[in-house]
Amino acid sequence: MQLESMYQDIILDHYRNPHHKGLRDPFDAEVHHVNPVCGDEVTLRITLKDVGGEAVVEDVSYDSLGCSISQASASVMSDLVIGKPVGEAMTISQAFLELMQSKGEGEPDEGVLEDAVAFAGVSKYPARIKCALLGWMAWKDATARAMEGTQ
Amino acid sequence: MSAYPEHLDVEAVRADFPALARTVRNDKPLVYLDSGATSQKPVQVLDAERSCYELHNGAAHRGTHLLGEEATDVYEGARAKVAAFLGAGAGEIVFTKNATEAINLVAYALSGPGRLQVRPGDEILITEMEHHANLVPWQQLCERTGATLRWLTVTPEGRLDLDHLDSMITGRTRMVAVTHQSNVTGTIPPVADIARAAHEKGALVLADAAQSVPHQPVDVAALGVDFLAFSAHKMLGPYGIGVLFGQAELLEAMPPFLTGGSMIEVVRMEGSTFLPPPQRFEPGVPAVAQAAGLAAAVDYLNALGMGHVAAHEESLTAHALDGLREINGVRILGPDTTKDRGGAVSFEVEGVHPHDVGQVLDELGIAVRTGHHCAWPLHRALGVQASTRASFYVYNTHDEVDALADGIRYAQRFFGAG
Repeated sequence: MQLESMYQDIILDHYRNPHHKGLRDPFDAEVHHVNPVCGDEVTLRITLKDVGGEAVVEDVSYDSLGCSISQASASVMSDLVIGKPVGEAMTISQAFLELMQSKGEGEPDEGVLEDAVAFAGVSKYPARIKCALLGWMAWKDATARAMEGTQ
Repeated sequence: MSAYPEHLDVEAVRADFPALARTVRNDKPLVYLDSGATSQKPVQVLDAERSCYELHNGAAHRGTHLLGEEATDVYEGARAKVAAFLGAGAGEIVFTKNATEAINLVAYALSGPGRLQVRPGDEILITEMEHHANLVPWQQLCERTGATLRWLTVTPEGRLDLDHLDSMITGRTRMVAVTHQSNVTGTIPPVADIARAAHEKGALVLADAAQSVPHQPVDVAALGVDFLAFSAHKMLGPYGIGVLFGQAELLEAMPPFLTGGSMIEVVRMEGSTFLPPPQRFEPGVPAVAQAAGLAAAVDYLNALGMGHVAAHEESLTAHALDGLREINGVRILGPDTTKDRGGAVSFEVEGVHPHDVGQVLDELGIAVRTGHHCAWPLHRALGVQASTRASFYVYNTHDEVDALADGIRYAQRFFGAG
């Protein structure tokens, strides 16, 4: 069975005990993203702070409904980006997107993606890639809006 | 007690479907429980389509050569066959791309010029149970015309709430559009009764028959509807061709929808006149091979007997309802008996998201649908975000229903639920 290659323990752990979940105030931008195929949805808020002229992700909070993959991915994403400069977080986001587009052939850099390498198996299932990307796309959108707001 | 005797040689049927012989993930045999989305195709349909391309490939309704004439015969022969299948006249059958396009055709015709034109203040009545294909086109019609969209709600059991039918259909209601079989709950609403109530108030009636024509005997006269729409690909036929049945005098009163070649009478730079129905609604070179495939699908279903098809599915549905009811943590959406209920069985598994249920079943070779099945308002009404759906057809077996139940239990164990 290949189920274990998709549903790694890391994914199931994050699914059962999601990190940083729940909406928090204050925030700089809020977005609501939906996967129209299945109806999975996420509302995500971002708070940025200025550290020596550089925008840093201070907090990401979210409320979501969805499958194990979309829930776990949002949890792992929040772990990865909170506390990071926006530029670095965007690089991680890009690395995750490339992993998802790799059709199971990707060799993820654990130094960059940390727990998110567990999603490598998901990239073999085209129907599930959108699940894994839902939280990330919401984060990217919210960050872009928050950055616009600060300029 | 089934309304029809069960007499269907499932093993012989299965031998006609090449796709059922293949294996899927982990070299498992395919258990195809997603016919509500699209059915598999028998070799008779594939042969009809291929033979049309090999022997009769000319553009129908044009040209003076033999191939074109033969193509016209194939196409018009298919129309006559579909008409007979539904108890309609051949002139009342319009070929479209699919059921969605057929419904849009009617919705656009009602916002165009003519005696059927919907005006501000008019009302369109639909239901919460509809597939988006019989919902969004009516929302859009109301936006174009200033008409008001109203809808019947569903009961917790997944039936239409008809208590207020008489007050919901008013003198201003121009169209009542209702599913003939829910693609989610399998519910079969009393379309004939609804049609009678609508006609008493002067409203038109359209039935979305995408899930009924493939699965039960359908007679448009008995139903009493003005329009009926369905797709070939859900009834053993090819993709890319669907059917709109419309009462002759209504089609006659309707302006064209898509325009261009084949549907015109005279074209001048200043303006054009149009052919009578059904040609008025069929612009461009017709999908002759697809029509040949659809005709072969109708032949195939006729040979099985639609009563036998319905009885076979009823027996599988009863088995599935019994099997799923026994599983702790599984909630079936919709009626829990086969009375006025077709073979789409949607369910929730407590603690396991439908996507994850579907993934585990896929790993076992079992193909189901997950998500909201293009019926988002219905899911909202039933209090669920999404569901898993198994849907049955002529080639499914009782062993496959058991495999589904075993697969759900496996998913529960995998995710530590149930």
